[in-house]
Amino acid sequence: MSELAIDVRGLVKRFNDKAVVRGVDLQMPKGQVWGFLGPNGSGKTTTIRMICGLLEPSEGEGRCLGFDIRKQARQIRDATGYMTQKFSFWEDLTIRENLAFVARLYNLPKRGQLVDQTLAKLGLTERQNQLSGALSGGWKQRLALAAVTMHKPDLLLLDEPTAGVDPQARREFWDEIHQLSNQGMTVLVSTHYMDEAERCDKIVYLAHGNILTQGRVADVIQRAGLITFQGKGEQVRRLAEQLKGTPGVEHVAFFGAALHISGRDRAKLQSAIQALPKDDTHWQEIQASLEDTFISLMQDAGKDTREHG
Amino acid sequence: MDIWASLQRIYAIMAKELVQMRRDRMTFAMMLGLPIIQLILFGFAINTDPKSLPTAVYAEDNSAVVRRVLSAFEQSGYYQLLHKAKSPEQGSEWLAKGEVSFVIHIPQGFTRKLVRDEQPQLLIEADASDPAAASNAIGQAKEIVNQALRTELLGPLAYLQTPAAQIEVVIHKRYNPEGITQYNIVPGLLGVILTMTCVMITSMAMTRESERGNLENLLAMPTRPHEMMLGKICPYILVGLVQTLVILGAAKFLFAVPFFGSFGLLLCGVMVFILANLCLGFTFSTVARSQMQAMQMTFFFFLPSILLSGFMFPFRGMPQWAQSIGEVLPLTHFLRMVRGVMLKGNGLLALQQEFVALLLFIVVVGTVAILRYRRTLD
Ligand SMILES: Nc1ncnc2c1ncn2[C@@H]1O[C@H](COP(=O)(O)OP(=O)(O)OP(=O)(O)O)[C@@H](O)[C@H]1O
Ligand SMILES: [Mg+2]
Repeated sequence: MSELAIDVRGLVKRFNDKAVVRGVDLQMPKGQVWGFLGPNGSGKTTTIRMICGLLEPSEGEGRCLGFDIRKQARQIRDATGYMTQKFSFWEDLTIRENLAFVARLYNLPKRGQLVDQTLAKLGLTERQNQLSGALSGGWKQRLALAAVTMHKPDLLLLDEPTAGVDPQARREFWDEIHQLSNQGMTVLVSTHYMDEAERCDKIVYLAHGNILTQGRVADVIQRAGLITFQGKGEQVRRLAEQLKGTPGVEHVAFFGAALHISGRDRAKLQSAIQALPKDDTHWQEIQASLEDTFISLMQDAGKDTREHG
Repeated sequence: MDIWASLQRIYAIMAKELVQMRRDRMTFAMMLGLPIIQLILFGFAINTDPKSLPTAVYAEDNSAVVRRVLSAFEQSGYYQLLHKAKSPEQGSEWLAKGEVSFVIHIPQGFTRKLVRDEQPQLLIEADASDPAAASNAIGQAKEIVNQALRTELLGPLAYLQTPAAQIEVVIHKRYNPEGITQYNIVPGLLGVILTMTCVMITSMAMTRESERGNLENLLAMPTRPHEMMLGKICPYILVGLVQTLVILGAAKFLFAVPFFGSFGLLLCGVMVFILANLCLGFTFSTVARSQMQAMQMTFFFFLPSILLSGFMFPFRGMPQWAQSIGEVLPLTHFLRMVRGVMLKGNGLLALQQEFVALLLFIVVVGTVAILRYRRTLD
C-alpha cells in the first residue's frame, strides 16, 4: 500500500451545474493530523464526502487508503471513521443502543465489553440508557467521536468536531485526537478555530472550492508574506476609519484594544502610519497571525473569482 | 464468515428499527388503529351494479329456443357468455377459480319438455362469494328467460305463451348462499389494510433516515443495499402478521365470516403478500426525496389498489383496461387467495397462479429497489 492515506487529484463537484469544489488536489501521508480550514461554503464538507465515497466527484479521481474513491467506496467505509458536521446518530436511540448498533454494523468482536469500555471512557456509563437526543451539544460530539472510532479505523475524517464545544472539552477533544494519532490513525479535521489549526501537523486552506494554500502553519504565514503593524493607544478606534482604504493597507482589524493593519508592502504601510495625525498611539511591527493571513488570502481569492466572472 | 457479518448487519438494522418503532408512538398507534378504523368504515356493504360478468354455458341441448334464451342472457348486459363447458365439473372448476361468475346449465331434453309444456329447468350456478357482484344478475335471470320466450314463442308455438312461467329457473348459489356482503368485504379488508400499512411504513424507511439527518452516517458505515432492505423490511413482517390476526379475529367474532380452507395456506399467502407490499414500500423510499413524497406515492398506489383489485367493484365486471391494471396489483391476487381460501376452501392448486404472481412482483420490485438504492448522498 502507498504511504499516502489520501491521494486525490482534480476533484470537482458540481451541484446543478454550480461548481462548489473546483479541482482539489490533496496528498496526505499516513499518520499525520491535518487541519482543513476555509470559510463557510468553501467546500470542506463536500470534499470530505468525496474522499470517503459519500459523494461521487463530478471530475477527478483518487485513492483513499489505497482504494479508489469511485469504485471501492465499500472498502473505504470499512477502514474510515467519518464524523459528520451535523450530529447524525439516532436521537431516538439511547446512548448505549447507538454504540451497540455501530458495533454490530462493523461486526466488532466482544461487542458488549467494547460498548461498556467506550461508555466508561466517555464517562457516560451512568447515562447510557438516556436517549442520545437528550444530550447537550458537546456531549453529542463526544459520543459521535467515540462511535466513529470504535472500529479502530485507519483514517479519521472529522468535520468540525468541536463546533459548539466548550474550551475545556475542546482541549480534551484534541488530546483525544492526538492519542488516536499516536495509535497510528491518520486524522483530517475541519475546523474554524485558529488555535486548533496550530495543533495540526499541516493545514489546508480552502476557499471557493480551491485550495489556496497548504503546509505547516508557520510556512503558510510566511509564504503569504503579510506584514502586520500593531497600534496601541487611546485613539485607535478613530484611526481605524481613516486607515481603511489607504493604499497599501489591505485590512484593518481590532484585537481587543489593539489595532492590526496589514499588507504586502512594508513601505506603503509605514507611510500610511506616518500620514496619520500625531497622537500617543504606539506602533510596532508584529508577526502576522494565521487569521490575518487567511483573511488576506480570502480577499485575494475574492478578487480573483470576481475577475474571472 | 462474510455471510455471518452480513447477517449481523441485517440484525443490527432490524433491532434498531424495532426499537425506533416502539418509541414512535404515532406510528405505533397508526399501525394498530388503522385496521380497526378501516374495519368499521368498510365493514358496511358497498353496493354496486356490475355488468358483463363472465359466464360459462353447459348446454346438453341445442335448439333455436336454447340459442334464443342464451342470447337473451347475453343481451341483458349482465352476463357475458365466454366459455362452453364440456362437463358440469369443468364449469364448477371455472367457478372455483373465479374465471367465471356463473355457469348456465341447460339440461338434456330442455326443448322437448318446453314444447310439451312440461316446465323444463334451467340451472344457474352462481359464485355468490361476492354477493354485490352476483345479486343483480341473479335477480334478472327469470325476467330474461321469460322475455326471451315471449319473443321466441310465436307461430306454431304461440299456444305455449301462457302467463305462467314455462321454464323453471333454478339458481344455485355457491360459497356464500345467504349473500352476506361482509363475508366478502371483511376478508378483502385484510388485503386493503395490509396494503395501506405495509407500503406506508416501509416507504418511510429511507426517507426518514435522510430527513432526520441520519442517512449520511448510515451510508458512511458498511451496509450493502440488500442488507439495508432486509433489515428494514423484516421487522414489519411481524407488524403485518399482528394486523392479520386482529382482522381475522374480527372476521370471526364480529362478522362471523366462515372459514372453509386451510389456515396454514392463508398464512403463507399473507406472508407473501406482506412481503410484496413491504418491498414496494421500500422501493418507494429509495425513490422519494422526502417523507411527504413517500406518503404521496403510497396514496397514489393505494387508490388503484382499492378501486381496481376487485375489492370495491367485482373484478370481472370491470372494463378490460381496468382488469389489466388490476392484474399488476398485489391486492388483486391476494383477494383471490383470501376469498378462495376462506369462502371457497380452495387449496394450493387453485391458488398457485396467485402465488406465482405475487412472487414475481416481489422479485421485480425488489430488484428495482436494489438498483435504485442510493449508495451516495448525490
Ligand atoms: N447537496 C447539495 N446540493 C446543492 N448544493 C450543495 C449541496 N451540498 C453542499 N452544497 C453547497 O456547496 C457549497 C459548499 O458546501 P460545504 O458544505 O462543502 O461547505 P463547508 O466548507 O463545509 O461549509 P461550512 O464551513 O459552513 O460547513 C455550499 O454553497 C453549499 O450550499
Ligand atoms: Mg461543512
